[in-house]
Amino acid sequence: MGKTKTILSLEEVKHVAKLAKLGLSADDINNFQKQLTAIVELVSKLKEVDTKDIEPTSQVTGLENVFRQDTIKPSLSQKEVLANAPRIHKGYFVVDAIFE
Amino acid sequence: MLLDLSIVQLSEGLKAKKFSSEDIVKECYKNIERFNPTVNAFITLLDKEDVLRIARERDKNRENNNSILYGLPYVIKDSYNTKGIKTTAASNVLGNYIPPYSATVYQRLVDAGAILIGKTNMDAWGHGASSENTDFGPVKNPWDQSRVAGGSSGGNAAAITARMAVFGIGEDTGGSIRNPSGWCNITGLKVTYGRVSRYGCIAYVSSFDTMGPMAKTVEDCSHILRVIAGHDPHDATSSPKEVPDYSKDLKKQLDGLVLGMPKECYGEGVDPQIINLIKNAAKEYEKFGIKIKEISMPMLSYGVPVYYLIGTSETSTNLARYDGVRFGQGREKFTKETMRRIMLGTYALSAGYYDAYYKKAQQGRTLFIKEYQKALSECDLILMPVEPMAATKIGELINNPIQNMLADIFTCQTPVGVPSLAVPCGFTKENLPIGMQIIGKMFAEPLLLQLGYAYQQVTNWHKKRPKLAE
Repeated sequence: MGKTKTILSLEEVKHVAKLAKLGLSADDINNFQKQLTAIVELVSKLKEVDTKDIEPTSQVTGLENVFRQDTIKPSLSQKEVLANAPRIHKGYFVVDAIFE
Repeated sequence: MLLDLSIVQLSEGLKAKKFSSEDIVKECYKNIERFNPTVNAFITLLDKEDVLRIARERDKNRENNNSILYGLPYVIKDSYNTKGIKTTAASNVLGNYIPPYSATVYQRLVDAGAILIGKTNMDAWGHGASSENTDFGPVKNPWDQSRVAGGSSGGNAAAITARMAVFGIGEDTGGSIRNPSGWCNITGLKVTYGRVSRYGCIAYVSSFDTMGPMAKTVEDCSHILRVIAGHDPHDATSSPKEVPDYSKDLKKQLDGLVLGMPKECYGEGVDPQIINLIKNAAKEYEKFGIKIKEISMPMLSYGVPVYYLIGTSETSTNLARYDGVRFGQGREKFTKETMRRIMLGTYALSAGYYDAYYKKAQQGRTLFIKEYQKALSECDLILMPVEPMAATKIGELINNPIQNMLADIFTCQTPVGVPSLAVPCGFTKENLPIGMQIIGKMFAEPLLLQLGYAYQQVTNWHKKRPKLAE
């Protein structure tokens, strides 16, 4: 990989914010562009490390295929599950419309 | 004061009826009322009369209960779900969230009869090293109120050093137990990944997160760990390994052990006062017949990139569930620091960048694990500073995202999964506490605790309290 500095464009920052569902102001986007560029530069130090043929690690427990019996146990009541919801309707969560 | 006593001393005193749980709880609230307005250690403080009523019940039923933690008041980081008690993770996103269930660690403490006093302040979602990234105001360091307590479990550390509770339960993903322990002069244990159940503790980085004790002494930590550790069917990553009786072997002989000091931790960028204090601690260890060996860990400088890339990637997915539909409030309520971490993680995982950042970091993680395996084949344990500097001034880290990241430089071996014990090892000339950490192989908690215990038998640093609490 080259040594050219990665600079996040404003468009990229907006795209990432959209992916993460974060509504950012124009000021936020400007600030994040500068800060994320600096952070990406710092973490890009990793590019110096030769990782050819190195297996990626995603967990360190040494455990594989942890199974249990699929037994039925009591769960939370509907009342408990809905207790923290800001909007409910006849026992359902209310969500914003996704389709026009 | 009673709160200077160890868990064993308190437990024995309670059984012998020298004092009651009610007495201890009253002392906690007295100190909370005096110091907490300055320190800001709590997000939710439980009602004093309610807690006193529980203490009196414990006093009445003591004879039927054997847990060493029975009737002892404690605090827990506000990242733990506590049924019926507000749980915020220090974020307004969860500002009104009342959990309908309890974390396993909390449930075990309930079952043991320990008495919860309150939920402590922290960096929101674990995002920080200073307990400033919180929607509930920063935690101030009881040793110097112009400075931070460290983070992310800063409220716990401040509460324990100021004697507001007997012990605390923290959570460590990249230093969050050890960093505030070091900066507040208490003892904190980051356990082996999987040693303690993660169930019900709000996730930061699922493959790094560890739940552990924070207390005045190593001995106290050994007793708490025994209660909270062990397999949990609710957490498939929790280890089925048996839980040893950690306190039983604390006094074991240490001669013949080799303690490695990585030269990369004792040079440029580290406060020379800290280097001297830890070298003094190494001299104490030599008196026990431990051999000190200089080792080299060149991969350490890649620790922050590996930790931060995987960490932000996992946190961006973990925090994706906060949509304000089923519980909590909208995503606009995340702090800027948290948004920045979500953004970086989303970027590292996004199409076109996944291989260059996320996968690269996972490969780096493999090399990092090998680095520790190699080091821990040359020595039994590794000794390094917790932090390269003493507690920072309020505002210093939160206003500088890069510095905030680099504060984790010695504590970001969490991708490796190994345990690490933070122990007070002295003070700077400004009277700020300094911590050292002892790192061992996977599940080496008994050995770490033995080393920490031995040091606390010949030193008094851990007994010192801040002037504020005099």
